[in-house]
Amino acid sequence: MNQVAIIAAKEVTDGLRNRWIIIVTLLMAGLALILALLGSAPTGATKISALAVTVVSLSSLSIFFVPLIALLLSYDSVVAESDRGTLMLLLAYPVARWQVIAGKFCGHFALLSLAIIVGYGAAGLTIVATGGGNWADQVWSSLAGLIGSSILLGAVFIALGLMISARARERGTAAGLAIGIWLFFALAYDLGLIGLLASDAGPMLSEQATTALLLANPADVYRLFNLTGSTETAVLSGMAGMVGGNAISPYVLLALLAGWAALPLTAACMLFKGRPL
Amino acid sequence: MSTAAAIAADALTKDYGTLKALDRVSLDIRPGECIALVGPNGAGKSTLFKLCLGLVPPSAGALSVLGCNPAQGDFTALKSRVGFLPEQAMFQDSLSGTETLRFYARLKGADIALNGEILARVHLSEAAGRRVGTYSKGMRQRLGLAQALIGAPDILLLDEPMSGLDPEARRNFFQILDEEKARGAAIVLSSHILTELEARTDRVAILSRGQLKAMGSIADLRAKLNLHTRIRLNAGSQQMQRLAGHFEGRFDKTCFMNGTAVLDCAPEDKLELLKELMSADLTFENIDILEPSLEQVFAVHTAGGNQS
Repeated sequence: MNQVAIIAAKEVTDGLRNRWIIIVTLLMAGLALILALLGSAPTGATKISALAVTVVSLSSLSIFFVPLIALLLSYDSVVAESDRGTLMLLLAYPVARWQVIAGKFCGHFALLSLAIIVGYGAAGLTIVATGGGNWADQVWSSLAGLIGSSILLGAVFIALGLMISARARERGTAAGLAIGIWLFFALAYDLGLIGLLASDAGPMLSEQATTALLLANPADVYRLFNLTGSTETAVLSGMAGMVGGNAISPYVLLALLAGWAALPLTAACMLFKGRPL
Repeated sequence: MSTAAAIAADALTKDYGTLKALDRVSLDIRPGECIALVGPNGAGKSTLFKLCLGLVPPSAGALSVLGCNPAQGDFTALKSRVGFLPEQAMFQDSLSGTETLRFYARLKGADIALNGEILARVHLSEAAGRRVGTYSKGMRQRLGLAQALIGAPDILLLDEPMSGLDPEARRNFFQILDEEKARGAAIVLSSHILTELEARTDRVAILSRGQLKAMGSIADLRAKLNLHTRIRLNAGSQQMQRLAGHFEGRFDKTCFMNGTAVLDCAPEDKLELLKELMSADLTFENIDILEPSLEQVFAVHTAGGNQS
């Protein structure tokens, strides 16, 4: 059995055993169900499907929720093993350092994927069951896109968490850095961007520059993907005007998210390779 | 069985900034041999283990483990032939003993079916299904030993293996040690419990401040240091006065106090002194002959002095 798969399987077992991920899955499902059941109430006259409303609401929430869960999963995965004393033993086995990072990433990725698929899938099924949509609706692709892109967004922040964990010498430092990263990407970046656009320098920014600034934040890439993915969600989210006729291909946005995950993951492998024991 | 050294270090040096954790250490360990690394905290024992596992690169010198340089990438695959017990045997609390061993056996590519046998060897069969989080320190240590035994490794590196073990577990540990030696494993263990190591190890390597102060069998080390053999006698006050008179000029008066005489002599003079004591017309309540212990050998070397 491949070393990466063995380590990933252990992470999954541990995640399921300590019930952490079960709690997260229930939280996600609960949140998604509340949005699906209550959030779709005002759609009667607008001719917008309940599923579209749910997708927009969920994606807006996921920008904050998914990165937070992903960071909580991974921020201490290396540094905690170092603290506990299990890291040295693990590395005494025939395992390359990059395999440790890759194994942990795959394990956390599987856990988060499970939580998102079960949690958000429950919302979709509930809408169908309550007559808010049907299997033929075009908006189903939006829900599938939401689930897929949420998993990718999670992957980005799992990788960022691993990068922190591979570098930090103490758990407290890793926790601080994780909070900092979450605040920056989920909140501060957009506030800064809005501030920039509203400032005197705003008019000087070209459309391309604004787009580039949006794409430099994985949370905004995720937002663009989900809120401009279909005409219905774009209209509902108010993003239709912003992207106008220059909508970026959803495939490019997904590739960007994947790239955003690959970059810190590579950095985590390199940092861990140089980490003294 | 190969007679080539399982571990060979030549002027091995490891610096951490200005700190010399290991300073030109040269030693070799053969298959089927058990070596005790003794030294005070910070002597460089754990650093030597880390170097042998390729966890840190040496600053200078050469190291060969199973004929390979552990600092090179191709040593990773060879790690399946090395068993390691770290100083702090810690595991994932949420997994059971069986699951923990299965995880490590898979990483080593070892036969998982043999895990039950390994757990039985360390007397953990009954607790194998319990979460490691519920284990006592001694049980964790035994689980640590169990994972080190996975795959019948050619080299066993055991850092403080007796820490937290009760006397019965220690006896079991030494039995396992003997079995592994008989199998041909090269064993390096570090310990502070010196008295129990004396009869169990082939050679002792004394490390102090990163330097190898001495290496050899305990008998060799004693002989080299010319440590005294101590003869201790108990007798009544009248007999003690007579004894002090008999040895006047050869032993100080302070050697004969409170009904106890403490006479130090060179190991080769021990029998002569005993004969003399027996032929002197004296009555003793008790006689003890105390050979220099590993603790004394250790104390001399780590103090940086020499009694001879």
